[in-house]
Amino acid sequence: MSAVMITRKVRKWEKLPGKNTFCCDGRVMMARQKGVFYLTLFLIVGTCSLFFAFECPYLAVHLSPAIPVFAVLLFLFVMAMLLRTSFSDPGVLPRALQEEATFIEMEIEAANGNVPAGQRPPPRIRNVQINNQIVKLKYCYTCKIFRPPRASHCSICDNCVDRFDHHCPWVGNCVGKRNYRYFYLFTMSLSLLTIYIFTFNIVHVVMRSVDKGFLNTLKETPGTVLEVLVCFFTLWSVVGLTGFHTYLISLNQTTNEDIKGSWSGKNRVQNPYSHKNIVKNCCEVLCGPTYPSVLDRRGLMHEDSVCSCSICYMHHHHHHFEQLQQQQQQQPSATNHETHSSTHPQ
Amino acid sequence: MAETHSLQDMRQQAAVAAKVFIQRDYTNGTVCQFQTKFPSELETRIDKQQFEETVRTLNNLYAEAEKLGSQSYIEGCLACLTAYTVFLCMETHYEKVLKKIAKYIQEQNDKIYTPRGLLLTDPIERGLRVVEVTIFEDRSLTR
Repeated sequence: MSAVMITRKVRKWEKLPGKNTFCCDGRVMMARQKGVFYLTLFLIVGTCSLFFAFECPYLAVHLSPAIPVFAVLLFLFVMAMLLRTSFSDPGVLPRALQEEATFIEMEIEAANGNVPAGQRPPPRIRNVQINNQIVKLKYCYTCKIFRPPRASHCSICDNCVDRFDHHCPWVGNCVGKRNYRYFYLFTMSLSLLTIYIFTFNIVHVVMRSVDKGFLNTLKETPGTVLEVLVCFFTLWSVVGLTGFHTYLISLNQTTNEDIKGSWSGKNRVQNPYSHKNIVKNCCEVLCGPTYPSVLDRRGLMHEDSVCSCSICYMHHHHHHFEQLQQQQQQQPSATNHETHSSTHPQ
Repeated sequence: MAETHSLQDMRQQAAVAAKVFIQRDYTNGTVCQFQTKFPSELETRIDKQQFEETVRTLNNLYAEAEKLGSQSYIEGCLACLTAYTVFLCMETHYEKVLKKIAKYIQEQNDKIYTPRGLLLTDPIERGLRVVEVTIFEDRSLTR
């Protein structure tokens, strides 16, 4: 007996493991804690609104209308980069499916040999040679894979991320292979925006004070004080961060590697990924290919009530064959490939 | 002369015997390359040369996708200037090559692997970590 079960369209993002939140039907991907991200948005939008409200009318008239125009462009660029960093997939590696995990386990056991009972088994490490340097690949117990070089497991998002840099609460997402350049452009353009607003605040206060005196100026444009405060504190952190990441990019290192001291030079280990040329390193990180997301978030899942694995990625071929086999047994006529998504033989 | 099996025929009698996973080859860094070493489980099913040829072509295609050349730089700079909104209407170079790869794998499956009771899975469905080769049971061929 085959019952027709109309399954609603379930997209793969709904069943993805890991602690991410998804919006817009899987198009947007962020970490779970978003509080600091909202603060970032508030600070940027708030400060810029104050700038447009208080400084721009005066400066457009007394100095040049190009000033607010450039500020708008810069603000839009900053927002675009921030949203792109926050909403995109940082380079999450999907977890191994059942068969792949078993295959890897068998390989590990074969490599380790017989461990006498009571002794702890040796750590699961695979050595690969990259550009004449031995790099150790660690096994991830959560994702059941050997992490590719430069990948790391983010405990906050509970995912392995390729070319993991760090988890940034200010953007509410991990920074990895796919969104590192947007993150860098965000910090750089934010530095420029902060410097720009700070400078023109000072210019504005000076120009007005010449006419009306310092205290009167502050009374007329109270927003200026707030903006200067925010910009002053932001400057130190954001400009410093931009400088730090510029240094990392020129050496083709990640924050994670820098913190762990992976290529610090002791034991004669050197960074095997660096091209030993600053320009080449920068070009690779900033102008390299745009990697696609390997997490198929918006693909449709095929519901399978007898699926043995809890994470049911599209076992298209295996599942498809089983379906066709069963349908062939029930109806000897030729089967239509389209029907299997809506009928569910039981 | 062996019978030619249609895809449908093979699927009807198919049961998965085993799966082999071709791992990534990291000797050249983090670029996407797969090991060309011929796995022993496939010895009875397919010619070593044939298999290595498939993997080598895949490696070349992935190298083409990740190539750092003038085209990727121009694409990167143009995208940056438009705040990456250009990708709303244009496909990235990598995505174009991925489509080529999907077509190539489909074609290889149809011509070479399915008649031998094997199936290649596109690595993109496994996070570009492995090339999964499904080995089906050989029931139909031993009639």
